[in-house]
Amino acid sequence: MSDAASTLGTVPLARPAPVVTSRRSPRLGHVAAYGLVGPAFVLMLLMLLGPLLGVIALSFTDYQLGAPSLGWIGLANYQEMFADRVFWISLTNTLTYVVIVVPGAVALGLGVALLIQSGAGLRGFYRMVYFLPVMATLIAMAIVWEFMLHPQFGLVNGLLRSVGLPAHGWLQDSNTALLSLCVIGIWQALGFNMVLFLAGLVSIPKSLYDAAEIDGAGSAWSRFRLVTWPLLGPVTVFVVVITGIRSFQVFDTVHVLTKGGPSKSTEVLIHTMYMEGFEFFRSGYAAALTVVFLVFVLALTLVKARLAARQVHA
Amino acid sequence: MIDALKLRPWAVLRHVVLLCGALVVLTPFIWMISTASKPPAEIYTSDVHLIPHHFALWENLQEAFAKSNLGRFLLNGLIVTVSIFVLQVLVALPAAYALAKLRFVGRKTLFALVLFGILIPPQATAIPVFLLLHQIGALDSYAALVLPFTISVFGIFLMRQFFKTVPDDLIDAARMDGISEFGIVWRVMLPTAIPAVTAFGIFSVVAHWNDYFWPLIVLNSEQLRTPPLAVAHFRNAEAGTNYGPLMAAALVIITPLVIAFLLAQRRFIEGITMTGLK
Repeated sequence: MSDAASTLGTVPLARPAPVVTSRRSPRLGHVAAYGLVGPAFVLMLLMLLGPLLGVIALSFTDYQLGAPSLGWIGLANYQEMFADRVFWISLTNTLTYVVIVVPGAVALGLGVALLIQSGAGLRGFYRMVYFLPVMATLIAMAIVWEFMLHPQFGLVNGLLRSVGLPAHGWLQDSNTALLSLCVIGIWQALGFNMVLFLAGLVSIPKSLYDAAEIDGAGSAWSRFRLVTWPLLGPVTVFVVVITGIRSFQVFDTVHVLTKGGPSKSTEVLIHTMYMEGFEFFRSGYAAALTVVFLVFVLALTLVKARLAARQVHA
Repeated sequence: MIDALKLRPWAVLRHVVLLCGALVVLTPFIWMISTASKPPAEIYTSDVHLIPHHFALWENLQEAFAKSNLGRFLLNGLIVTVSIFVLQVLVALPAAYALAKLRFVGRKTLFALVLFGILIPPQATAIPVFLLLHQIGALDSYAALVLPFTISVFGIFLMRQFFKTVPDDLIDAARMDGISEFGIVWRVMLPTAIPAVTAFGIFSVVAHWNDYFWPLIVLNSEQLRTPPLAVAHFRNAEAGTNYGPLMAAALVIITPLVIAFLLAQRRFIEGITMTGLK
């Protein structure tokens, strides 16, 4: 019964096949297709789209986990939130974190990628070293950083003392705690950005550099300005947005190292949401905080989509 | 000759800058290994030395394993990450094939939903998913750790892009042989998609081995702890008094992925690049 020709895979004899399949595939394909996408679709509704609508709906209720009932309270959660000093501190800290980590991790990632790509030696070694923090469990490494920043026994203060500078309680001082978390954030993110930039650099055709050189762009700087930078534009936008979105999600280091302290100096949105939602079980209020977080992340994504669209049209 | 002379200072400068940067990046790792190898007397001193006078890595590791069930936690990490990845592939691969190669009503809408799903950060859905698991009484179980991640819209997207490049003739030939659509997914599409599946696997395993947020929320029981949760609890229990074993525990937690990374470095970075750039 089965066609020997198609088993052998000979092209001329296999040719009539599409006619046969395309005649019967529409009906048969429908049933099969729904069977194939069904589980994914159900799980998507259950774990992703439903919960997304759920979080928005919850933010208009006074639901508390364990409470017998819930009531629709409109914008009351948002009013409470906007009147709460802690919310504004948390939002400001999150934005500060983003504003420090994004330029730091993007500029250093780009710098390292350019340096690695500009010569031949030890490329693989450098890629590996700079990428290592991306791999290493952040919680484990956060604890290492905590010990490095230890007021008495830490490496950082030990080095400071050895050059005659005073030691400092980096994570215990509200002026430096957030900054310390930013340094850890940049340390962790730069390798990921480096890899994305390396991918972008590799895709730039070498002929463009030759052309630029013929046109008189002799110096490394002018080659960078005329060829590398413009062609790296889309990658840079992508890297900036990805780093921004990830920075908005900062939680691990805050929860383990500072718990938002000292005196709320490292309180960030996701940490506030975690405390309200999963420590105090104020689900409605935590949902409102999540919606604010979501608005910022989606706004960043929209900016990216806008810029990407412009790149295509240009 | 002149060229070589002109290039040399630049090459030297390049290595000096990159090596200095590499040293800064590696410092936490070096300090972790150094501290994990020191006896308490050498840790609680303000003089900085890298190489321990008395090598105590073994004692610190023993203490770390004695004070906390590290072996069990590593096994939990393995169970959870492997289950998540296998289920993600089982769900995503057929969907990706249908979206790439079959025509059916609602295909465009479904794909739009997949694209939209990629934009949703995992923290955004945490509260309703938590309430759902609470409702069905599934909190504090392996299921709570695995179920929410069985759907990876990113995996569907990635595999669908890959399947688009597979020639239709291959699929038609398989249909002529009487292979069902379901069979085609596993016997024709999966073997061709191994690079994409590998890249996705790297992405998935790294994300879930290192995840702290979700296990922290859904777990209570000590015996279910995943590695990141375990090391965080270890730290709280020791409250900054016992850094040697704590650093040894941190070392144990990061080792599996770091070794995997070092062994498959090239493929690994390519995988991240491939999945990172849309």
